[in-house]
Amino acid sequence: MSAARLVWLPPLAISAVLVLYPLALVLATPLAAPGGFAVLGSSLFLGALVRTVWIALCSTAGCLVLGFTLAVLIGFVPFRGAALAARLVDSIIALPTFLVALAFTFVYGAAGLLNGTLLALSEAGPHALPPVDFLYSQWGVVLAEVTVYTPFVLRPLLAAFAQLEPAQIEIAGSLGARPWRIVRRIVLPAALPALLAGGSLCLLLTVNEFGIVFFIGAKGVITLPLLVYDKAIQEFDYPAACAIAGVNLALSLALFATYRALLRIGTRGSGGRG
Amino acid sequence: MLLWSAAARSTAWTVLGLLLLLVYGVPLGLILLASLTGQWNGVLPSHMTLSHLAGTLRAEPAAQLRASVLTGLAASLAALAFGTWAALALRRVRGGARRWLELVFFLPSALPSISVGLGLLVAFSRPPLLLNGTVWIVLAAHFVMVSAFAYGMVAAGLAQLPAELEQIAESLGAGPLYRLRRITLPLLAPQLLAAFSLGFALSMGELGATVMVYPPSWVTLPVGIFGLSDRGAVFDAAALTVLLAAGTVAVLAGAARLQRLAGGK
Repeated sequence: MSAARLVWLPPLAISAVLVLYPLALVLATPLAAPGGFAVLGSSLFLGALVRTVWIALCSTAGCLVLGFTLAVLIGFVPFRGAALAARLVDSIIALPTFLVALAFTFVYGAAGLLNGTLLALSEAGPHALPPVDFLYSQWGVVLAEVTVYTPFVLRPLLAAFAQLEPAQIEIAGSLGARPWRIVRRIVLPAALPALLAGGSLCLLLTVNEFGIVFFIGAKGVITLPLLVYDKAIQEFDYPAACAIAGVNLALSLALFATYRALLRIGTRGSGGRG
Repeated sequence: MLLWSAAARSTAWTVLGLLLLLVYGVPLGLILLASLTGQWNGVLPSHMTLSHLAGTLRAEPAAQLRASVLTGLAASLAALAFGTWAALALRRVRGGARRWLELVFFLPSALPSISVGLGLLVAFSRPPLLLNGTVWIVLAAHFVMVSAFAYGMVAAGLAQLPAELEQIAESLGAGPLYRLRRITLPLLAPQLLAAFSLGFALSMGELGATVMVYPPSWVTLPVGIFGLSDRGAVFDAAALTVLLAAGTVAVLAGAARLQRLAGGK
């Protein structure tokens, strides 16, 4: 019986070796090196920190707006193929995030569809239209992250809407409530737990996002994960990389705790599955 | 139904269609187009070619595909075993210990992939375990990145099983291994399959942890795709990405179909 009670020990041992021990070393490495935390005072790091948080906030706001719009349209204006559309958007979750960054090269890139069109219009028309190069700014990263992470908002929203009593909306509508009013007074409150949980998950994922920033590779757009990569792989400066990674980890863990707390509140509030 | 008039409804559908087309249709369509593009100077490609797609069969990308598939299989199978064991073991644990263990098993899903890679790099470039420069450190990175998802999916499936089933089997004299093999695992089969296929898909696309730890002898497909894109061979990169995405979707769809055939959902 005593052996059966310790059955959780092997997976914990694996986690300890492959997750906890490496994390502890990341936190300890700058402590051991003289001036190991000096990089945290540099403008390079502070700039990356501010940019990471700003990009994450903008991307999350975009995910919430786009996710809510799509969910209301898919959930409340039923059409044939709604389930299929939701499933297609959902499958984006399983694809590598850099796919969208690479795809954007052909949409908004230097020689992509948009700039090709602008160039053609400039040559045909009387006015020269300047090329658009927002892809290589932080807004390119934000747009790519909105595309990739909106499903994380859409999925819980559609689940929340499926639990909403349809009669509530029918009655409100038959009593003369305008669609806007119904969305504001009935749909939005019902969606709030899902919005909060989905939004905090998006914040976590966008703070940690590497592939999109790496692939777009814009000169000035350096986020915390990218800076960790640069320090460790380009400069072999492990203490600096670990110090920056420590800040990134603290940010992620705080957001993870927020997400878990919001998720608990959400499931308790809806009285559904615990 | 939110909108009653036919006109308002068709406006809503148009808006939805345009949004989906603009946000998802155009980028996905254009990367597919780019994988077939010979030259692209104007609005659209000026001529098409199959050479980039054919090029994915060359020795270098083929070796990267092989490395990715082998890594994906090994990491997702190991994560499945780990996640199943962890989820089953936690059924017997109560209270604070359970919360802490859950947190540990879920933790990797909250970590930045770059920091996971950095941690492994720092930890296994020194004794007692020297794995840096070997395939094993890549496998470890992928295992860590998918393990939390495997654990989460199996634990969620386990929570939905009625507890009485095992109790009845126990009262009829079935031993723990027999119960596991004949009752719990077969009932969990849909979640196990889903956990394995999602783990494989995530591993196939993993980039952040991999770029920190990969040795030159074990270049995975996403790392290879970045190399191509960085060198300006964007159409070759697009062709490999399309191949990777198609393979991932095929594996997920195949697993979902298998689940339906097995009578899961």
